[in-house]
Amino acid sequence: MTKKSLIIMVVLVAVAAAAFADTVTINALFMKQAGYQEEDIIGGTRDFQAAHPEINVNLTFVPYEQLEEKIITSAQAGSYDVVLSDGPFTAKFAQAGIVKSVPPLAPADQKDIFEGALSSTVYKGKSYGMPWLNDCKYLFYNKKILQAAGFANPPRTWEELAAQAKVIKDKKLVKFPMVWSWAQAECLTCDYTVLSAAFGGAMFDKDGNPTLTAAGNKKALDYMVASLKDGLTNPNSLEFTENEVDSTFIKGDAAFALNWTFQFSEGQDASKSAIVGQTGVALIPGSGSVRSATVNGGQPLSISAGSKRSAEAWTYILYMSSKDFQKKFPKNALPIWKSLYDDKDVMASNPEVVKVAKEQYNYLVNRPVVPFYSEFSTDLQVRIQEVLQGKKTSDQALKEVQAKALELASRK
Amino acid sequence: MELRRQGLSEQSFAFLILLPAAVVIFGVVLFPLVTTFIYSLQNMELISAEKGKFLGLLNYLRVLRSDWFWQALGRTMYFTVVSLTVETVLGLLIALLLNTRFHGVGLLRVLIIIPWATPGIVTASIWKWIYNPEYGVLNAVLTRLHILGQYRAWLSDPFLAMNMVIVADVWKMTPFAVIFFLAALQFINKSLYEAATVDGAGVFSRFWHITLPYLVPTMAVVVVMRTMEKFKAFDVFYVMTRGGPANGTKVLVYEAYLKAFSNLQYSISSTLSYLIAVLVLAFTIAYVRLLKRGEASDS
Repeated sequence: MTKKSLIIMVVLVAVAAAAFADTVTINALFMKQAGYQEEDIIGGTRDFQAAHPEINVNLTFVPYEQLEEKIITSAQAGSYDVVLSDGPFTAKFAQAGIVKSVPPLAPADQKDIFEGALSSTVYKGKSYGMPWLNDCKYLFYNKKILQAAGFANPPRTWEELAAQAKVIKDKKLVKFPMVWSWAQAECLTCDYTVLSAAFGGAMFDKDGNPTLTAAGNKKALDYMVASLKDGLTNPNSLEFTENEVDSTFIKGDAAFALNWTFQFSEGQDASKSAIVGQTGVALIPGSGSVRSATVNGGQPLSISAGSKRSAEAWTYILYMSSKDFQKKFPKNALPIWKSLYDDKDVMASNPEVVKVAKEQYNYLVNRPVVPFYSEFSTDLQVRIQEVLQGKKTSDQALKEVQAKALELASRK
Repeated sequence: MELRRQGLSEQSFAFLILLPAAVVIFGVVLFPLVTTFIYSLQNMELISAEKGKFLGLLNYLRVLRSDWFWQALGRTMYFTVVSLTVETVLGLLIALLLNTRFHGVGLLRVLIIIPWATPGIVTASIWKWIYNPEYGVLNAVLTRLHILGQYRAWLSDPFLAMNMVIVADVWKMTPFAVIFFLAALQFINKSLYEAATVDGAGVFSRFWHITLPYLVPTMAVVVVMRTMEKFKAFDVFYVMTRGGPANGTKVLVYEAYLKAFSNLQYSISSTLSYLIAVLVLAFTIAYVRLLKRGEASDS
């Protein structure tokens, strides 16, 4: 090789490198679980890169259980720019400086996103993420069992549900009509959030003061205990998370189940379900003056505190939460945008769920937005389990959680 | 030769070669150890307004005064004592069996190692499935044998759950004891047994007077090593119970993990880690003392 051609090659390589230097790379952390599937996210990211050739996105998928740990441990190094967060993390992450605050959305956009989803990203007046995965719990029921028991409609109140369950049990249609996710895990807090709100209770007031001893909270806990005692609830619920609730329900071993959106498509999936065509979905019952209540399971996308590519990260987040992306996968997750619920394609893809969802989202309840949420939630789970196992009365347990919450709130 | 010519002495060459390893060890062992200790003397709660404030030994006092620490310590002790006892006894019995000569003993000796060779996370997942209240093998076997009337939940009662976790741990770690005992047994002089038999000693008295005393040092090693491991047990709880139900399986290390990675209380978690280390150290010293005294009285 002559000296000249060597020089030419070096120049060419330098030019190519300079051209590549224009593209920036951002890293994004997602979960591999319910909601949008891996291939949905990969496909959406590919479309994003086609529209933004200057931004290169690396994707990482972890199970939900590892998400929080990954976000916390990577925050300082900025190993990820975009992270999939969770509603209950918002306050804690904001306070501890784990995620960055994000620019406000246009008023028209704000109006079009479900209020509960949007508020789960806000802490002390600032937004720390963009709602992305939209989910809440619904009441799923087995149409065939209800019919056999002589009920034309799913129950509208929890009292009615217990009465129907009693008939179903007496007629021996299933051994335990209700199944729940009451394992000592976040899913128990979710179920309790639903019940306490449905019975008119609340765990914290608007200013973040604990109100655990309110009457509705006790009613909810007593309802849980009674359903176990009367044999209406599957006792294995105490070690079930959502996945076991799902498998019990699709085996046809339960008449009622509280679960996230994915339960419906699981029930219709002939490869695993024994109850294809029998899954009904309804508004979660209320009690007294409360028509319904559900828990917000939505998860926002946030920007990690250590990110050096905030602008590109935000562009990517806006794309992934845009209507274009969100209307493509209504079977896996429903959009955060209200206007998409009138979209023909969205409606047609999952009509039964979309119909209920539209109404159910109006009764969205957030888990407490307090920075000490994790500790509070763990304590609540333990106390509830003690009550369910008959080791404590509901009064005693709620008083203890209240004391704990007060202590946590006063801690500097 | 080449090196000398470049003016490097053997010592500085050795230093140069060891340097990368030293840097790695300082980076991943010493640095975290020191940082963790500093954290335990500070307020390192990420959500606290007073983050970074020096607290002296206040964190230690806080932990030692709390109920949850003593409860978790109690559970850790229970887990350690019960699983260690079962493992040692079971390990000894299996080792004695495998020390005899019969057809296929070689194969059995290999098979017994499998649970130990399986990664902890895998073992825990396997047992979680075995205990599954709906599809679990344990339920299926027990109901078919008519020992159990109907399927039951194994991990939903706090005390039962702890014992079920112990079973899983025993399954995994008994082979460790077996291998140690088996190795020791192979070194016992066979003529001792022959002499004892001639003198009229039965099976049990031969075991009691020859085998057992001979195995004591090995047993001490097994117990010391396993106590340290038991105190640090994490994966099996993380996968199988996550500390539940009703905190029944929340051991010290899991508590430390939760405090740091869920509650963002790095100082309390660091304090807890140091307390665990001190406890393990205390146990080790006690065992070694005991062992030395035993040796002294033997001679």
